[in-house]
Amino acid sequence: MYVAVKGGEKAIDEAHALLAERRRGEQSLAELTVEQIEQQLSLSVSRVMTEGSCYDPSLAALAIKQAQGDLVEAIFLLRAYRTTLPRLATTEPIDTANMHIKRRISATFKDLPGGQILGPTYDYTHRLLDFKLMVAEQDTSDKGLSAELEILNEQMDSETSEAVIPRVMDLLNQEGLIEKEQPIDDIPVDDITREAIKLPADRDVRLQNLARGDEGFLLALGYATQRGYGHTHPFAGEIRLGDVEVEITPPELGFSICIGEIEVTECEMVNQFKGSKDKPPQFTRGYGLTFGYSERKAMAMALVDRALRAEELGEPVKSAAQDPEFVLMHSDNVEASGFVQHLKLPHYVDFQSELELIRKLRANDSADNKETTE
Amino acid sequence: MIEQALLKVEDLAVHYGDYVACEQINFELFPGEVLGVVGESGSGKTSLLKALSTQLTPDAGRVEYFSDIKGLLDLYELPESQRRQLTRSEWGVVHQSPRDGLRLNVSAGANIGERLMENGERNYGSIRQQAETWLENVEIDIDRIDDMPTTFSGGMQQRLQIARNLVTHPKLIFMDEPTGGLDVSVQARLLDLLKKLVSQYNLSVIIVTHDLAVARLLAHRLMVMQRGRVVETGLTDQVLDDPQHPYTQLLVSSVLQP
Amino acid sequence: MSDPDYNFAYLDEQTKRMIRRSLLKAVAIPGYQVPFGSREMPMPYGWGTGGIQLTASLIGLDDTLKVIDQGSDDTTNAVSIRKFFRRTTGVATTEKTTEATLIQTRHRIPETPLQKGQILIYQVPIPDPLSFLEPRETEARKMHALSEYGIMHTKLYEDIAHYGAILHTYDYPVMVNDRYVMRPSPIPKFDNPKMDNMHALQVFGAGREKRIYAVPPYTKVKSLDFEDHPFEVQRWENSCALCGADNTFLDEIVVDDHGERLFACADSDYCQTRQAEQGGQR
Repeated sequence: MYVAVKGGEKAIDEAHALLAERRRGEQSLAELTVEQIEQQLSLSVSRVMTEGSCYDPSLAALAIKQAQGDLVEAIFLLRAYRTTLPRLATTEPIDTANMHIKRRISATFKDLPGGQILGPTYDYTHRLLDFKLMVAEQDTSDKGLSAELEILNEQMDSETSEAVIPRVMDLLNQEGLIEKEQPIDDIPVDDITREAIKLPADRDVRLQNLARGDEGFLLALGYATQRGYGHTHPFAGEIRLGDVEVEITPPELGFSICIGEIEVTECEMVNQFKGSKDKPPQFTRGYGLTFGYSERKAMAMALVDRALRAEELGEPVKSAAQDPEFVLMHSDNVEASGFVQHLKLPHYVDFQSELELIRKLRANDSADNKETTE
Repeated sequence: MIEQALLKVEDLAVHYGDYVACEQINFELFPGEVLGVVGESGSGKTSLLKALSTQLTPDAGRVEYFSDIKGLLDLYELPESQRRQLTRSEWGVVHQSPRDGLRLNVSAGANIGERLMENGERNYGSIRQQAETWLENVEIDIDRIDDMPTTFSGGMQQRLQIARNLVTHPKLIFMDEPTGGLDVSVQARLLDLLKKLVSQYNLSVIIVTHDLAVARLLAHRLMVMQRGRVVETGLTDQVLDDPQHPYTQLLVSSVLQP
Repeated sequence: MSDPDYNFAYLDEQTKRMIRRSLLKAVAIPGYQVPFGSREMPMPYGWGTGGIQLTASLIGLDDTLKVIDQGSDDTTNAVSIRKFFRRTTGVATTEKTTEATLIQTRHRIPETPLQKGQILIYQVPIPDPLSFLEPRETEARKMHALSEYGIMHTKLYEDIAHYGAILHTYDYPVMVNDRYVMRPSPIPKFDNPKMDNMHALQVFGAGREKRIYAVPPYTKVKSLDFEDHPFEVQRWENSCALCGADNTFLDEIVVDDHGERLFACADSDYCQTRQAEQGGQR
């Protein structure tokens, strides 16, 4: 006798127990700590904070631990937590010109005020597996940093923390060759985590969406623009990594106060633009910004941001990366992952309906065939 | 008796930024009349057609349309809903490229039936029957009714587009280079068909073309455009055989020279 | 007792108020899709977050909640959602359609007719009936605003022309209150007639697509069709093997390795209630 799929609740509990066991892995090995993840998997932490829209390294690390290193799942965990947080204040726009620089490069000038600062980058590493890392170093506490690194760090601190390094964009702008930044003053900025996105969307909404968007999706779209699907003639005007102050202006004070520092990666693309009916030939901009150190994402974001400005700049809209509705509606990996995976849920009522239809159509077909053969 | 004009255009202008696509356009169109708008590409004729057929909002001027049902209507004073209602019942638009005027992902029958369904027809048999009639009217084999327009030749696609527009018996048709991109023999057949349908259904037509042969065959009256302005108007034969304006003279002579 | 770490029904009160405002608008304009600031929920998008947010903003201490998926209270996702609300609200839950004040559903309308005062909350994956016909959202909005729905019938026409019948078997589009065409969510078309003039309020939540819509009680809901190809529901030659019902939506269940089949009511509560009644009579 058929019994309807009963005992769902118990099965779910058991599944969760199995999951916990699998997450923990081999019991004889030490359990990962959240601090270890935060310190040693910091690029994962950066991505989870960026796409999770929440700057909190230790919570991001917790999410990564809980998700067994599945970053999209970790982003989802952080987002769901973020929903429950009260909104206490809105910060002033961060000023990346006043960044405490850790890395700063420009591909458009050989040298420039402030210099090229490589900082911690994989760019020129040879991608050879480093088998020394197979064995954890036993004792790192008293070894400390190498003498050279100490000196380098000191130099960086003294050179960069005090001096303000001008942004490349501002240098170009002195000649008036690049479009002006939009003034931030009076335009109210939408919040896509509070209001549904309405199309057509302005750039504030588009940038928010891209900042939360899936790194892989943006990377593919940005790459596609380079290969001709919405070409934007980009140059990496400037990429900078460092800490910026976050300020709020409490209404009762009337002036802004610093509430802390966050690490961000910023990318400004400069894009050649031949001009249109209303605009002279000039360089245009694409912008990318992420929490933490997420250079690939910031660059891809800047490419897609610029591609999405096609309509505004009077360029033909022909490719996916230039189509705001396509990009904005499909960039979010929490949405995408949920909907793709919802196909796992039972659909047997719909399937039953389709079964009935296919049978009916086949019955009609064979009746027709009979008629014609007779 | 003074006949009521179907369409009355006053001081119409279309700008793109500082660029003037067309301006100071004034004319009237009477029932059953075919007006040809000729000129080189860039003369503003397509922008004018778009502004007349509500595909583009003009920057200045008025367009009045006299509807049998609703009386005199100022097009750009009308709410958008009524304007769209008008375009899918009393008007038709035949695009240069059938790709702009057809739904390529549904069958020929559905392409013809769509306007009927938009206007509330809910009887499948009747829709089907009218689709068949109109396939016949535009000389497409009825057996092709369930085929996709993508399997049709260019000439057939264009005839299907015409059928799709005429099925609701519109009074006014806008055509933008309807024979453009077709072979000469196919063009001739399409023009014959258009001429027949225009007289059979007493259609008023505004047809934009750079091809003076097309204009001569179809249009009763011509409007010659140069750099966004109308430089000459008159009966077709008169304009083509005895052009007054230097630009028209140039246009005519450039065609007639072997 | 509800979980002290989270607000009652998980969402904060401001968010619930925002959702209720959108819902009021939806009820006032039957069938119209109201955009709302859908929140990230602790369940994945596509797994009922729209319905969950609606339930969370409607539920109160004296409510009784029923959650079904495919008509059954015991499918895993229904169990999971019910557990979520038990944990975050502590309110009573039930499997009995007649005892519930709120019924959250995926893919079915209960067989037992709903009553005045009950609210049926649908989980919606894709809210706009024009989505696959007119992919531009901006244009689709205009078509709704101007009631330009010819394209919906064009789709039905194509089905009949090519296959002799309308192929929609679920999520079959309906006209609400003679004004808006609406997707009823992927319920089988068998359930469509139940929507018409229902005594209960019907609300629809699409979390990922950030839309809410509603059908107030006693509102006309008509499935799109042609005069000469009228709307029809599915029929079975079999009756339910468990309760004998011959007027319900039946699941087809493969019972052995030889492909032997059995048909039983998809609505588990309806079926069990009937079985209990029959047992009592015997």
